[in-house]
Amino acid sequence: MAGFLGLFRRDLRLAMRQGSDTGLVLAFYVLAVVLFPFGVGPEPEVLGRVAAGILWVAALLAALLSLDRLFQPDFEDGGLDLIALSPLPLEFAVLAKCAAHWVSTGLPLALVSPALALVVDVEPRAIGSLVLSLLIGTPGLSLIGSVAAALTLGARRQGVLLSLLVLPLYVPLLIFGAGAVEAAALGTGPRADFLLLGALTLAALPLCPWASAAALRQALE
Amino acid sequence: MLPALTDPTLFRAPAATARPPDLIAEGLVCRRGERLVFAGLSFRLSAGGALILTGANGSGKSSLLRLVSGLLAPAAGRLSWGTIPAAADLAAHHAQLHYVGHLDALKPAMTPREMLVFWSALRGQKLPRSELAIDRALAAFALEAIADWPCRWLSAGQRRRVALARLLAVPAPLWLLDEPSSTLDNDSQDRLEAAIAGHRAKGGMVMLATHTPIALDAAVSLALDAFTPQPDDFDPDVAD
Repeated sequence: MAGFLGLFRRDLRLAMRQGSDTGLVLAFYVLAVVLFPFGVGPEPEVLGRVAAGILWVAALLAALLSLDRLFQPDFEDGGLDLIALSPLPLEFAVLAKCAAHWVSTGLPLALVSPALALVVDVEPRAIGSLVLSLLIGTPGLSLIGSVAAALTLGARRQGVLLSLLVLPLYVPLLIFGAGAVEAAALGTGPRADFLLLGALTLAALPLCPWASAAALRQALE
Repeated sequence: MLPALTDPTLFRAPAATARPPDLIAEGLVCRRGERLVFAGLSFRLSAGGALILTGANGSGKSSLLRLVSGLLAPAAGRLSWGTIPAAADLAAHHAQLHYVGHLDALKPAMTPREMLVFWSALRGQKLPRSELAIDRALAAFALEAIADWPCRWLSAGQRRRVALARLLAVPAPLWLLDEPSSTLDNDSQDRLEAAIAGHRAKGGMVMLATHTPIALDAAVSLALDAFTPQPDDFDPDVAD
């Protein structure tokens, strides 16, 4: 447990000190969303109709942007060897790193989303659902992303390979995340979407660290 | 049969005292990709012993250390603590050892003290107790003055000393050191030798790969070149 907290705190501390990781992700999220009114046109009916999709796709791409930093620095400086040799099971080490990744990327994304919702004319009554859907869904983004990040560790053109691997896996989260916002905007009730979104994240919670740890062991050979 | 295995002193009965079991390697084979790095490698390391790995570049010194650490699985052969195979409980095996490789695993944005606190926590050490050990480890490698600098300011030798301080911050019986002195100055090398001597005096074991001479009493030397497979040893499927 001391190891789990130690690793979680170290990753958070690194994210805070380097700052650029969280900052870049947030800046990308804001810019990507702000581009849409320019491209689609400012009509509230048009924008409001696609807003949920825009906010979720942009959040997904922003989270993707930081995934290559999940294991790569530790892999390059030898820290991953020490983590693998520690009494902390590698599965829990992955979980600690995913938790730190979520706090430094997913959580800030969810927190700035209400401001961006105004930019793309989301129904005001759906803004709460937007934040909640991101809060439930972004841990899933970190967890699923960790598998792809571990699999592509040490590969050339890691970033591109990673996107190709991980984006298809993000589709279910996108469907139910955006679906929840849309249901709230239409007033049909987002409960079913939230439940399915939560189920996806909960399923990823044990499965993804296990798969990532297996991929990391392969990479360390 | 390998010469090392015919040595009658090799398999003598373990002493009756509560010494930690010997680390025994039998017929280890290491394969990286399609290349056979070494084959039929055996050694025995008892409490207080030191094994110096020598050999040309590419003879497998680093591979052997990674293999003993458990990061790399041997293609054949076995590694055991006394009679218990190391692979039977890898977590217990990992708890027995420290591995200091070529990479120092330091984060540019963190200080040496923070790194040592992190590594101690990762190995399950509780904070108030581990802090004393960390102070001692920093002092042993003369790092007090730079303990609170960010690691990005440190030179290669200073970085290596921080990595070596890990050995003293958390006790573990087996030290696996890969070229530990390659970037050290004379004073730091003396400190390393003193740390190793102190560790062995307490019954610790050391496996060390090196090119530069290092002063260790009664160390056994293992020349890895002797285990490099000859071309006709190659499995024909693998050789082409």
